[in-house]
Amino acid sequence: MAVRRLAENQPESFAFTPENAAWCATQIAKYPSGRQASAVIPLLWRAQAQNAYWLPRAAIEAVAGMLAMPYIRVLEIATFYSMFNLAPVGRAHVQLCGTTPCMLRGANGLRSALVERIGPAGSTTPDGALSWVEVECLGACCNAPMVQINDDYYEDLTPASLGGLLDDLAAGRAVKKGSQTGRTSSEPEPGKGTTLTDPALYDGSRVGAWRKRFEEAEAKAAEAAAAAANDKAK
Amino acid sequence: MSKIVIDGRELDVSPDLTLLQACEQAGAEIPRFCFHERLSVAGNCRMCLVEVKGGPPKPTASCAMAVKDLRPGPAGEPPVVLTNSPMVRKARAGVMEFLLVNHPLDCPICDQGGECDLQDQAMGYGIDASRYGENKRAVEDKYIGALVKTSMNRCIHCTRCVRFSTEVAGVAELGAIGRGEDMEITTYLERAMTSELQGNLVDLCPVGALTAKPGAFKARPWELTKTDGVDVMDALGSAIRIDTRGRETVRILPRLDEAVNEEWISDKARHVVDGLRTQRLDRPYVRKDGRLAPASWAQAFAAIAAKAKGLAPARIGAIAGDLCATEEMFALKALMDLLGSPNLDCRQDGSKLHPKFGRASYLFNSTVAGIDRADAIMVVGSNPRREAPVLNARIRRRWLRGDLLAGVVGPQADLTWAYNYLGAGPESLARFVDHPPPAKAAPMLIFGAGAFARPDGEAILAMAARAATSLGVVKDGWNGFNVLHCAASRVGGFDVGFVPGEGGLDAPSMAKAGALDLLFNLGADEIDVALGAFVVYVGTHGDRGAHRADVILPGAAYVEKTGTYVNTEGRPRFAERAAFPPGDAREDWAILRALSDAIGAKLPYDTPAALRAAMRAAHPHLGAVDAVTPADGAAIVALAAAGGAPSSAPFASAVDEYHLTNPIARASATMAECAALARAPQRFAAE
Ligand code: SF4
Ligand code: FES
Ligand code: FES
Repeated sequence: MAVRRLAENQPESFAFTPENAAWCATQIAKYPSGRQASAVIPLLWRAQAQNAYWLPRAAIEAVAGMLAMPYIRVLEIATFYSMFNLAPVGRAHVQLCGTTPCMLRGANGLRSALVERIGPAGSTTPDGALSWVEVECLGACCNAPMVQINDDYYEDLTPASLGGLLDDLAAGRAVKKGSQTGRTSSEPEPGKGTTLTDPALYDGSRVGAWRKRFEEAEAKAAEAAAAAANDKAK
Repeated sequence: MSKIVIDGRELDVSPDLTLLQACEQAGAEIPRFCFHERLSVAGNCRMCLVEVKGGPPKPTASCAMAVKDLRPGPAGEPPVVLTNSPMVRKARAGVMEFLLVNHPLDCPICDQGGECDLQDQAMGYGIDASRYGENKRAVEDKYIGALVKTSMNRCIHCTRCVRFSTEVAGVAELGAIGRGEDMEITTYLERAMTSELQGNLVDLCPVGALTAKPGAFKARPWELTKTDGVDVMDALGSAIRIDTRGRETVRILPRLDEAVNEEWISDKARHVVDGLRTQRLDRPYVRKDGRLAPASWAQAFAAIAAKAKGLAPARIGAIAGDLCATEEMFALKALMDLLGSPNLDCRQDGSKLHPKFGRASYLFNSTVAGIDRADAIMVVGSNPRREAPVLNARIRRRWLRGDLLAGVVGPQADLTWAYNYLGAGPESLARFVDHPPPAKAAPMLIFGAGAFARPDGEAILAMAARAATSLGVVKDGWNGFNVLHCAASRVGGFDVGFVPGEGGLDAPSMAKAGALDLLFNLGADEIDVALGAFVVYVGTHGDRGAHRADVILPGAAYVEKTGTYVNTEGRPRFAERAAFPPGDAREDWAILRALSDAIGAKLPYDTPAALRAAMRAAHPHLGAVDAVTPADGAAIVALAAAGGAPSSAPFASAVDEYHLTNPIARASATMAECAALARAPQRFAAE
């Protein structure tokens, strides 16, 4: 993550739409009085969703006002979480996971594909369709490598499948969410079936088996000691 | 009490102590950065690691674990803490190394050098070489106001500054944006901070990330001479340390005083320093043909003597200002007695408080520490945040503890603590005159000096006393009737009786045209003296008093003389001399002594010690330095019997612009900048 600042060009004002304002009220009502600040993340997120997926300064101040929080407290939160975009992003905003499991499974290739297609991290295509940043683990390591685009995860990617996705998204075509290789959530890959086939895993014989090794080692040590004592006695 | 073994020593400590505090009780020193006694526990620097048996099997942050969190051994042995084991030493060295990964090696150009916790602890606990060849993190410096300079490369993310501004100062302005290595301390969009206590951030920051902006790069701590003094910027009388180099006062820092200012001082107390250098009167002046012309001391005294000759005592008067030491007022009063004039007053604000109503009627009787005990506080006619910021922080702390009934009558302002607003003027106070006492053990009424500095001040005072009696704030072992003064000299002036004698004129009457022929003005710069009288001004700065003067006798500012100041609680405090008055200026007692000689009414004190001894003999409680001699609460009850109907004018705070309340502050460029920021708080750094 890099230093995060508010965007240079800011809209004059921000106001929740009536529907969103009503939704915010339901969120705030979840918390006891005096603890309204707890609703800050949902409100910020809703503000971002309303504002083309980025958070302007006016929205930060509006949320602070709604929750009676000092501006700086809300700014802290908005800058802490990489899910809050502080500058305009593309209509499809890609968050690439670059953390170890994804990296081992090919995230670097995805990164090159993104750089080639969109430009260096943080850039947006001139038509405003696509943008990307790199983030830390998004918690879908079992289907690595993966990216998040707007609110959805796209997993088991290759540079080619990611490229196809980006083409479709840029063109406004419908895309498949989740794994791109056809497996359901994080089940084994199609055709691989069950991988843990050793029956010993299921008959209970493995319970405490680890201890055997230590017992053997101990017995060996005792034997050696006895032998040594014998040698001395001789 | 719990038993605990620390470094092989068994001791009994309160289970609520943190391990760090328990270790200190055992005499073991624990290094730290983020922990601070007066702030919440953050536990983020990890410098305080200790080894614990009966806790997790890894180094433990001692500031964040309580004694009661430890389990006894299998046979019930007390838990064991080691503060100097190989594990602890290695852990500390490791933490130190991590902290230094990104910390710049700019000690030679850092103002914190010589009093830097990081420097000291790196010497004590760190290792001597670096294993990191990578580039260090670079962080943009932030604008956060006129008083605190930032060098954010140096920040170690302890968050003391954030916790101080949020918890103690009560203005949540500082925050940590971003996260991890990219975390940055800043104000919202780099706006200037608005707290009157922000100067304390510099003391709190354990490294050189936050240093004092005024006086940056001026001095090294080890070349400064340190003198204990008393702050006179408000009536709290905070304990300060004055650091001087040669003749120059370089900076002012707080001294620890649990009973009064704890370890904070207000921004005005700290940063008024440059005001001690500018606009100073460094030679006598005599008005000739309408203009003030430089003169010698002899010429000045001759001019006064010529004027004083043959004057009727009733045509002579004296007004004392807000920053005078008690000794000077005692001497000037003695001089007026010798001259036979009853016209003297230390209340240039026109206050109607008067020692004749008893000492309890003008003191902060509960004492400042009493705020901690109070369970109900009503502030009348005061904005304590501006009049005494450190005291206000104490009220805030009491409020944070909860279960406090808080109310305000008078100006409605952001005091950093929540209160019920009860009204603006005397009619709102009148509601409490026949009020059943609240079911509170230690209720407190705090009256601002502004509440009595009005023509109907005596009626207000009587009403205040009636409200106090009906609310039951004066009782056995507790006197909750409190006056919060703004002038450092005021209580001292009352204590030595620097008020009009029988038939004498008060300050506003003396200032009127034609009231007097000769007026001695001892540093009173907040009052306009009408043309007519011949004014002898004894003071330090070319401010209002000097402009109106016919003769100026240059005196010494508070850091340039020894003196007793009695704070608003009635606590006499003794200030040492730290610096010397500039040029031909002299200490005020010496000026008064020479003046008395010149006009033929010689005062019998040849040394400041003799003057002080005479003052203490006349007023023994002034000799009990740093102790509060309680005043008799019966005075309040007696006062309640007095009548008078106050007007309906709303109460106003005695302090309008916090940064500009006295001549020294008005001469300070730093205070002027702060005042400008306070007027336009939304100003941005870049704009
Ligand atoms: S600026 Fe100083 S006090 Fe604030 S977090 Fe950084 S090191 Fe700590
Ligand atoms: S490492 Fe990529 S999702 Fe966890
Ligand atoms: S002092 Fe304990 S973690 Fe900082």
